[in-house]
Amino acid sequence: MTTRRDFLKTGGALVVSFGAQALLPRAVTAAPDSAFATRPSHIDGGALDAWLAVGADGRVTAYTGKCDFGQGILTAQVQLVAEELDVPIARVTMIECDTAVTPDQGTTSGSQSTPVNFNHENLALAAATAREALLEMAGKRLGVAVARLTIADGVISGPGGARVTYGELVGGRRFELPLRQTAKRKPPSAWTTLGKPVTSLDRVALVTGRFEYVHHVRVPGMLHGRVVRPPEMGATLASVAESSVRGLPGFVDLVVRESFVGVVARTQFAAMVAAAQLEVHWRPGPALPPQRTFFDFLRRQPSRDQIAVDSGDVDAALGRGGDRVVRARYTYPYQMHGSVGPSCAVADVRGDGVTVWSPTQSVYPTRSCIAKLLGVPVETVRVVFKRGSGCYGLNGADAVSFDAAVLSQAVRAPVRVQYTRQDEMKWENYGAACAIELRAVLGADGAIAAWDREAWVAALGSRPGYDRPGNVITGMLLGHAPEPLAIGPAEPARGKLDNRSNAVPPYVAGCIAGACGGDGTVASERVVTHTVRSPLFTGPLRSPLRIQNTFANESFMDELCARAGADPVAFRLRHLRDERILGVLRAAAKAVGWQAGARRGRAPAAGIARGLGVACVGYEGHNGYAALIADVDVHVATGVVHPRRYVIAHDCGPISNPDGLRNQIEGGLLQGTSRALVEEVTWDERRVTSVDWSSYGSLHLDYDVPAIETVFVTPAGVPAAGAGETSITLVPAAIGNAVFDATGARLRDVPFTPARVLAALGDVGQAG
Amino acid sequence: MAIRLRVNGSDHTVAVDPDTPLLFVLTDDLGLRGPRFGCGVAHCGSCTVMLHGQPVRSCVLPVRHADGADILTLEGLGTPEAPHPLQQAFIDEGASQCGFCLSGVILTAKAVLDANPDASDGEIRGALGGVLCRCFTHTRMLRAIRRYADGLPRTR
Repeated sequence: MTTRRDFLKTGGALVVSFGAQALLPRAVTAAPDSAFATRPSHIDGGALDAWLAVGADGRVTAYTGKCDFGQGILTAQVQLVAEELDVPIARVTMIECDTAVTPDQGTTSGSQSTPVNFNHENLALAAATAREALLEMAGKRLGVAVARLTIADGVISGPGGARVTYGELVGGRRFELPLRQTAKRKPPSAWTTLGKPVTSLDRVALVTGRFEYVHHVRVPGMLHGRVVRPPEMGATLASVAESSVRGLPGFVDLVVRESFVGVVARTQFAAMVAAAQLEVHWRPGPALPPQRTFFDFLRRQPSRDQIAVDSGDVDAALGRGGDRVVRARYTYPYQMHGSVGPSCAVADVRGDGVTVWSPTQSVYPTRSCIAKLLGVPVETVRVVFKRGSGCYGLNGADAVSFDAAVLSQAVRAPVRVQYTRQDEMKWENYGAACAIELRAVLGADGAIAAWDREAWVAALGSRPGYDRPGNVITGMLLGHAPEPLAIGPAEPARGKLDNRSNAVPPYVAGCIAGACGGDGTVASERVVTHTVRSPLFTGPLRSPLRIQNTFANESFMDELCARAGADPVAFRLRHLRDERILGVLRAAAKAVGWQAGARRGRAPAAGIARGLGVACVGYEGHNGYAALIADVDVHVATGVVHPRRYVIAHDCGPISNPDGLRNQIEGGLLQGTSRALVEEVTWDERRVTSVDWSSYGSLHLDYDVPAIETVFVTPAGVPAAGAGETSITLVPAAIGNAVFDATGARLRDVPFTPARVLAALGDVGQAG
Repeated sequence: MAIRLRVNGSDHTVAVDPDTPLLFVLTDDLGLRGPRFGCGVAHCGSCTVMLHGQPVRSCVLPVRHADGADILTLEGLGTPEAPHPLQQAFIDEGASQCGFCLSGVILTAKAVLDANPDASDGEIRGALGGVLCRCFTHTRMLRAIRRYADGLPRTR
């Protein structure tokens, strides 16, 4: 039998090793009701050996199910292991996301990597357990009480010069121990490696052009595949003429299954030519609803309804609110992940097993779906993560992995599939479009007396998970349906308050059956979501629904402030109880030198108007906190909005790598700026028309970016929280609120195009 | 058709369809990793290489037009052991996230500063108008380019 260590000795991704599956027989079970639930696998995450191995040379190899797409989690995990085991970073090797050897940690997403691997379970607990186990072994070996031992540089020392290395204690052997729930982590105050700015471990390879992306994986005998997609959503294959490509130089095969069409050739160029020349006829899909009136269309569709909270008295409060009722509707468009490199994967389907090199965030779920699509036992499939272009969520990574597997199975040879820009942009799972209506009553005391929220969210497909390949385009073309939308009314809210992707604002009490899980004071509260079948695929895009909901909630909060004649910071503080949101809000206001006072918005003058806007969030409720103040120029004549300065206060608990965190915060703020100002998927009567970088906006490197100041707030004794999606969540609202401060114009529709800004400025002029 | 290319100082002869984009020859025939496919229509800069000292988009350049050309890619600019000073500035400023766009960013910046070492931030940004970074590492990248530019000998 090949062991996991044998596999590692042979050194690398190109070696297929199915014996590895038999290594660790005991299964681990995750909570089935969790959105991030995993399944039992051949690697028992409850065993220390699933996470860590020490070589005879003292090198530490760690195994993780959380992989790096450029967000820096690889470096932070290496820091974590180096810290707990007291070895230098250079002595740690991290193996990421490979179903042959790493535990099933589901999907690397949702700002979940830090909470699950940096607190008191999984990788962190494994490292702490290993440290204790090594100390105990050393105590026995040296005949010294553990309390008298010290560790430095992978060497355990006792009194009188007694010493033993990790390699001597356990090198090349298994620990054969379970994770120990009582194992003690080092407190942040004792950290010497964690908490320090460490340059990302991939950086030198990246900037010198040596880094191996999935796009560079080459397998002996590998062919090149391209997919030929339908022209529009819902179109199905009518006929395909192989004669149109047969005989082309380098052409190998045409693969057709249901409505899936692909070509395979000996070179990329030959595959590209064949895909372009292939004559295919499609039965048209349904017409798309007009984009201009799309949000009205959404409201008329049957929906699956959910109630996050309902105190039962909101209608009455609205009914007697009279002119103290404030209403607004916000809309947020479909937006793209728009990876700069279109997705790519390599698959090698053989009689005795399948290997797929994939940029997926979800190696185990992808493995399960590939087994289903190919009709082979899941145990015979191995999915190896290889980084693609930055994904920011569910881009084409899963779909292209399915494509490569299907093509490789058909032609009985390894196949690399490279998407075109159009393949990626027309068929990825877009960030959901939604319309959010907010109503509130202002009390006689100027405080919010009731908060009512109702939203219509367009959704179709999403992550395939373990069983739903039809949630992305390839699966659908192969005849698998996306997850059905169960149309129906909402059940009353029960149990603990569910923040529902920040649909619940921090300002409400969040009371369900007397238990109040909210972060605010507003007791008359209702939060309702209608999920509607989307005409286009949707899926998680950085800060999924959190950015949409926070845009609406924080913009509306600003509208309420203006109506109440209150200061936007003070008004928020007044309605919050959670110390950590309060903390970041105060810190941001202090850092920017916030001048207290009502923001009525000035009538637009000529030239450039300047304003400050604030927004704050508890991400998913309590998975990280931030407050952002945007300092924004509005060019009154042209409607151009230009952020000049961002000040953000950020609290994600103990910080693993401050440099990596700053990088994420800065990237999030600028990506959020692009999404707030220019990004929107467009379509005509039948099909998506955003197919390249001239038809889908993105702020290129010529954009004069705002200055960014980051303030870290780190309360003592709190756990580590997510940090990859907090900053982006706040940007559209903070910019919109700054535009109001500058001009009195209220922007309720993302993106804030010059035309929309001019229209809003016109409204102010008329009102004035 | 046999095409002759000098890439990062080494001579190569490849037998390929002369309409093949230069990018595919560099990545698939020569095994280079610096230039990458991003859009295929010269919108994003991921495939940038230097051809006779000028940045070009290798995804739209048929290899027949590069016959006999002297080409520099990101990996030819410097090595992990001895990065080019511009690459070193990116390392020092922590200017990467996924890194996929770096050929376009670094080589375009090098070209503008080769032509004018005194280029202002505005001029540098202007030259980067066709380069896309979807991780939005703009702040650090521009800081890295400025750091490198500040170390160049002045011309005036």
